Amino acid sequence: MLNLALTHTIPTPEGPRPLQVELTQAPGERLALYGPSGVGKTTLLRLIAGLARPDQGRIAFGDTVWCDTERRVHVPARERRVGYVFQDYALFPNMRVRDNLAFAQPHPDRNRLDELLALTRLAPLADRYPQQLSGGQRQRVALARALAQEPQLLLMDEPLSALDPALRVALREEIDDILRKVALTTVIVSHDLGDVFRLAQRVAVLEPGKVAALGTPRDVLLPPTPSGRHALSGIVLAIDPADVLWRVTVAIGNDTLATLSADVEHLRVGAPVAVQLNGSSAVLQPV
Amino acid sequence: MIALQAADIQPFWLTLKLATITTLVLIVLAIPLARWLAFGRSPLRPIIETLCNLPLVLPPTVLGFYLLVSFSPVSFTGRWLQDVLGLKLVFTFSGLVIGSVIFSLPFMLQPLVAAFRQLPSNLIDAARTLGKTEATILARVILPNARAGLLSGTVLAFAHTVGEFGVVLMLGGGVTGDTQVASIALYRKVEALDYAGAHSYALVLVSFAFVVLLLLRLIQSRSETRPC
Repeated sequence: MLNLALTHTIPTPEGPRPLQVELTQAPGERLALYGPSGVGKTTLLRLIAGLARPDQGRIAFGDTVWCDTERRVHVPARERRVGYVFQDYALFPNMRVRDNLAFAQPHPDRNRLDELLALTRLAPLADRYPQQLSGGQRQRVALARALAQEPQLLLMDEPLSALDPALRVALREEIDDILRKVALTTVIVSHDLGDVFRLAQRVAVLEPGKVAALGTPRDVLLPPTPSGRHALSGIVLAIDPADVLWRVTVAIGNDTLATLSADVEHLRVGAPVAVQLNGSSAVLQPV
Repeated sequence: MIALQAADIQPFWLTLKLATITTLVLIVLAIPLARWLAFGRSPLRPIIETLCNLPLVLPPTVLGFYLLVSFSPVSFTGRWLQDVLGLKLVFTFSGLVIGSVIFSLPFMLQPLVAAFRQLPSNLIDAARTLGKTEATILARVILPNARAGLLSGTVLAFAHTVGEFGVVLMLGGGVTGDTQVASIALYRKVEALDYAGAHSYALVLVSFAFVVLLLLRLIQSRSETRPC
């Protein structure tokens, strides 16, 4: 069980801002830290891993206190047995895939290593160097390496953010599968709702300075009642005259939508726009 | 006709011995120092780094002069070195090694620090979360991924020691067989108006410098094509 109660200063472009967090995670639970960038999600992971020290507070895992600023306790990262999957993977470029995993093992165990390579479908790539792998393959190596150290807690920082959308969906399912099999207490940092709903059982929504909500993704992140008006956000691609009106084309995700608008004075090509769908018509609002 | 007699080969052997010992001492010394400069947090780092880099801009005779003064048995430090540690460093080979280590330090240190600083900090953090000690991280992660820097530093420090003149003349005095390295032997030949003898030393030193720089270029182009 992971217990966090801490205050830490987060450096932001607008200057340092204190973040206050109180969280408890049940054993075996998968918890997502969800929120906009710059809110302190990665910093929180680094504090849990022992790569940084909180300004004030306490971090405990089970019966072990990892950090207590009042009692001046700080267990170094290397003694915490925390598997950390870095956003940029941080694979050792001088080691082949197999050696990256072997280096992580607390005791050499060839069978376990082969099991992990099979679990993450890396066996055919075991003799390659990280720079010879694609983004998705590197991500799987990073996860396999974190598992190779037999961690008691797994931390994943934006595990899929560096991948293109199609690959992200496939790998998300694969990671979900692997996490189910290993059944580890896991903290996943993401700003992607797909990750949160697919990978996590509970979510902590971080807002500047605090945890704004904590619960299951459905309870916390789904709107309470269906609304007749739906707003999407997009990017204006083109504004063309169409008789007395204007034809505006907007990119929403990977799709485009063309609609008619009477007022395009505040719209600019390349600028974000809110698209409110109302029956058959759309209202465009610059944001 | 340029020909080296048996007695003339001796300064080359001495030069190679000095350069090899200096380089070995520098490898042992510079790795922990570079690690501290690249990853440490002490506010003293810029001052220490500047001190280490001073030989890059100082005339070698300045350094040689200060070392001569501080190692001289009439000075306090020289007397202490001789009485307490039994070290006689003026006009001796051991003195030359110490002078060369100080003088060639930046040539080993700079490529190492640059290579260490280029490593993504997440690599070191990842090794820490994997339970590795700082010594293991240095040996298995930092050094193998900074090996182009280590190689460049080793080659440069060795070559620079071979090319030393001011420090070795000041501190070593050019004692034949003991501290007279190739660059000083060349100088002595010119003083004695033996231009053919001087030429043979100069030609070997030029060829050596060319081979070293070519080697360095090859190391650099290899590390550019292979990032690991």
